[in-house]
Amino acid sequence: MAERTGPGRLQRRESRAAYLFIAPWIVGFLVFTAGPMVASLWLSFTDYSLVEPAHAVGTANYQQLLDDPRVGRSLANTFVYAALFVPLGTVVALGLAMLLHGVGRASGFFRTVFYLPVMTPAVAAGAMFLLLLNGQRGLLNQVLGWFGVTGPNWTTDPAWLKPSLAIVSLWTVGGSIIIYLAALNNVPRQLYEAALLDGAGPVRRFVSVTLPMISGALFFTVITHTIAAMQMFDQAYTMFYGPQQKATASDESLVYMVYLFQNAFEFFKMGFASAMAWVLFVIILVITVVQVRLGNRFVYYEGGSTR
Amino acid sequence: MSIEMKPGPPATETTGQPQSPLATSAPPPARRRRRRLSPLSLLRWMLLLVATLAFTYPLLWLVSASLKPKSQVFDNKLVPETVQWSNFIEVWDAGPVLRWLFNSGVVSLMAALAVTFSSAFVAFGFAYFRFRLRGPLFGLLLATMMLPGAVTMIPVYLIWHQLGLIDTQVPLWANNLFGSAFYIFLMRQFFLGIPRELFEAARIDGCSHLGLFRRIALPLCRPALIIVFIFELQASWSDLLKPLVYLQTEEYFTMPRGLKQIVDGFALSGEYHWEIAMAATLVATLPMIVVFAFAQRYFLEGLATTARQG
Repeated sequence: MAERTGPGRLQRRESRAAYLFIAPWIVGFLVFTAGPMVASLWLSFTDYSLVEPAHAVGTANYQQLLDDPRVGRSLANTFVYAALFVPLGTVVALGLAMLLHGVGRASGFFRTVFYLPVMTPAVAAGAMFLLLLNGQRGLLNQVLGWFGVTGPNWTTDPAWLKPSLAIVSLWTVGGSIIIYLAALNNVPRQLYEAALLDGAGPVRRFVSVTLPMISGALFFTVITHTIAAMQMFDQAYTMFYGPQQKATASDESLVYMVYLFQNAFEFFKMGFASAMAWVLFVIILVITVVQVRLGNRFVYYEGGSTR
Repeated sequence: MSIEMKPGPPATETTGQPQSPLATSAPPPARRRRRRLSPLSLLRWMLLLVATLAFTYPLLWLVSASLKPKSQVFDNKLVPETVQWSNFIEVWDAGPVLRWLFNSGVVSLMAALAVTFSSAFVAFGFAYFRFRLRGPLFGLLLATMMLPGAVTMIPVYLIWHQLGLIDTQVPLWANNLFGSAFYIFLMRQFFLGIPRELFEAARIDGCSHLGLFRRIALPLCRPALIIVFIFELQASWSDLLKPLVYLQTEEYFTMPRGLKQIVDGFALSGEYHWEIAMAATLVATLPMIVVFAFAQRYFLEGLATTARQG
């Protein structure tokens, strides 16, 4: 900024006040983020069960990560779920937002309708969909039956557990719809008019005007959804895990966070769980960096260069 | 979140336009001449109708299922053949549901209140003042949003364990007293939208920094405060992981944690009383539907502004 604060004393007083304001976050950061990060990194090299003091075991936990087939299994499940939900969720939400864009006044009603499921607690959504997706008598398969399709056993057939998790997540995709709709409303009308004058058809207008103009919103939701999907817990745990099902649950529904939680708080292998957490962190970091790199190539930022 | 938002002034200057978040609902569509329902727009309305059914029907189904006798839960009829109100009485026997509702109410209110004020306070520090470490610290703040909760979960648990607060509700909200990165980011954007001259005039009139925050920033950003409050209220109400980690005694459960127990006990094992489980599900959901009914526009506008600034 052009203005330079004049005398040093005033500036010092100002910055003292500034630090006072941000002090709560600094304290919270040290106590609840930075400290625990260091601690968890250390724990990941120890054997710790809460009862006995932790003792160092070197890289044994990380070795065990490779040896324990359920780690790889749960990671693969999580990837499959994310690969199902993130693209599907984006396309469905964008489709609905585009339908809504241009209905005029009625869009208020639909925004309410589409957002309502987001208010449902994940446990509640999971419980409901256990019934709705029931293979024999669930509503979804009944509807599919009208069209002559025999639906699978969504909640019990190992092959369909991840798709059914994705379906529950799709039901709560309303937030993205609202975000895309806001982005669509922000696209300047003149751009469409100019494109029309140039003889661009609807597909061309979508690809050359709409997509670039809302790419920021798309980018934002894809990144946040991916990060969230990698950490999905509530629904999977509600639908497929619990004290009774430990034995019966299929490993096909075991997502990474569920297995991490089980290791930490059911098996009390806290060192191992910490190692799992760090691996997850690194994976999410890598995915996000790749996405940001790719995104910077495609995302159009208004009033600035693309990079 | 908001990865492309590099810390520092350039990005914020472009996004921090003083647009009132509540004045930005969809611009009135350019009035069109009354037009025929073309096949294309007919298709649009059909698709919207299907989508509306897909999004609302499960909730309507839930209401209906929670009122059915055990034998009819799966008949998928919207209007129950026999309405069995007693499901809702049996829910009270299945667990201390009123207590769980009360616990959830307390926890989510505390969580939301704490995070709203602490985040606003910190955000004001980042928005109003210019100090040397502002850029790096704000960058750090944004970076923490990418950290999976799993990394800090175990050591934070150990902290509360040391403090003897396991199996109390304190760990469910207390760290909200220190602000939350995403909300701080959001509030700061709102504060940046306030014309600086307002603050400077107040300074000249002898207003303290705390006064600037309390008398100018907070009142002008009331919608933002409400947005943060309701988002956290909803997030906290719905959370399952923390209650699973911290609560052991049934009496202290939050509603989602209690619901999980009911689902485990009534639905996934033994006698399969799905109707009771569905009644409990409805009880867990209804308060949030009510919140949404009252604060709908804040949820929707909040999301729209999040997108604009992300």
